[in-house]
Amino acid sequence: MTASILGRHPVGLLLSAPYAVYIAAVFAYPLGMAVWISFHDYIFTAPGVSVPRPFVGTDNYTTALADPAVRQSFVNILIFLVINVPLTVVLSLLLATALNAAIPFRTFFRVGFYVPYVTASVAVVGVWLFLFSSDGLVNQVLGDLAPDPSWLINEKWAMPSIALFVTWKQLGFFILLYLAALQNVPSELYESAAVDGAGRWRSFRAVTIPGVRPATTLVTLLAIITGANLFTEPYLLTNGGGPSGRSASPVLLMYQRGIEQQHPDVAAAIGVLLVAGVLLLAGAQRLLERSRE
Amino acid sequence: MTRGRSWWRTIALTLGAIVFLFPFYYMIVGSLQATPDTSLSGALPRPDNLSLDNYREINAAIGLWRSLLNSVIVTAGVVVGTLVFGVLAGYALAQLRYRGRGTLFAAMLLLQVIPFQLLVIPLYVQVVRGYGLADSYLGMILPFVINSVAVFVFRQFFLQLPVELFEAARLDGASEIRVLRSVALPLVRPALLTATLLTFIGPWNEFLWPFLITKETGMQPLAVALANYMSTVASAASNPYGAILAGACVLAAPAVLLFIAFQRHFVSSDLGSGVKG
Repeated sequence: MTASILGRHPVGLLLSAPYAVYIAAVFAYPLGMAVWISFHDYIFTAPGVSVPRPFVGTDNYTTALADPAVRQSFVNILIFLVINVPLTVVLSLLLATALNAAIPFRTFFRVGFYVPYVTASVAVVGVWLFLFSSDGLVNQVLGDLAPDPSWLINEKWAMPSIALFVTWKQLGFFILLYLAALQNVPSELYESAAVDGAGRWRSFRAVTIPGVRPATTLVTLLAIITGANLFTEPYLLTNGGGPSGRSASPVLLMYQRGIEQQHPDVAAAIGVLLVAGVLLLAGAQRLLERSRE
Repeated sequence: MTRGRSWWRTIALTLGAIVFLFPFYYMIVGSLQATPDTSLSGALPRPDNLSLDNYREINAAIGLWRSLLNSVIVTAGVVVGTLVFGVLAGYALAQLRYRGRGTLFAAMLLLQVIPFQLLVIPLYVQVVRGYGLADSYLGMILPFVINSVAVFVFRQFFLQLPVELFEAARLDGASEIRVLRSVALPLVRPALLTATLLTFIGPWNEFLWPFLITKETGMQPLAVALANYMSTVASAASNPYGAILAGACVLAAPAVLLFIAFQRHFVSSDLGSGVKG
């Protein structure tokens, strides 16, 4: 077999070409363009019309950061992540551990847990609006304990409510990831822990948690990325990030500034800042992992 | 082992199941209420308060059939694109050695961490302003046409198959295209269903992108039509929650039923490769 300059199987280039083109056109090019737009004075034009788009340095970033609504949205998403990420990790590991045994109705539980994950946000938002409205079922159950104004129109509770909603919605997927990771924890470790007289809680802490650490890293990272992408929930659940912008997310601001108010350059700057923030968090998480090892 | 060992399991799982499934039960009950009843007893269906009026109302307001058809067309486009091009790419990435393979695989992993929302503005400029694809199926399909997670599933699947299988066919003088058609494709069938399930929920549930590029109501997928109804029209309806919940049931049903019917093909072992890899 002759190894050509294109490799042993040049046909591979042909077979993966559509996917490579797709990545280039839908990810690489827009990614570069997003950064480019964020450093230029950019306005929408009709196809074929060319207008000057001068380089403006960091003007768009200054505009974005000087906007109190944008600053608020970054604070909001931090509040969201602080609630959502730990809750997601703890609950999904707990439920995956509970599922990881020969128990009756195992399939029912497994499927039941990921039903919210496979359902459209738009659909489940509908029922949460109904459940958490001022005289909705949740407040009826809580009686005098219900917050006033109600959850989704309360400045303090709007963002935590959204964080809870997203935790609930995504948990099934993360349970599946942990279930897969639990299969890789050698059962001998549990046996020797039991021989050493470790109780169930001790062996969970000493065997399970270290055993699924790679999965925890992945779950944390994916939860952060999902959180950074938050849009549908503040748009629909709290009626456009209300009350008074307390549940607005950076992506919602991108939509409002970029599409509604026709400032794509400022919107692109918000997007770049958002991704920089995500990368920073992901990097911090890696450092934390390393220092633990 | 000791009895009573699993009491905490049962409690955790049952509580979980109630929290996860009650909203869906309540969605159905609420969609059938003639007048909204948010009291505790309203959680149980009352025969004298049952009607299908909400379904009629939402159908009249947003045209359920038309928007369902739009959802089906967009989803089908993405699923077909993913199955055709995804299998090819997955096979090449797993079984073939060629220049650029490592780069492509690295790019594929890297794009998992790019929030799609960052790309929304440039994609909007490209697709709507550049190609003039607003209010078109192609415009809605394009950004999702090959699902990378499905490519990953295909790659993992082909990796598990022994290389010798393909080498033997090549030694017998089969061309690469022949190897793909007669050896790889017949073997990949079990992975097709998993990939279809994974791919389906993306475009079916997607809201932001089709919402941005469709202004014409006749082109909107159900998720967009329902969301617009929720944020604008609903306040004028006699039983807004009922109509919203009826629309929500119609939007949720296909995905939920598919995943219940084919649950065996969506288990952790399929995703496990993702954790290990």
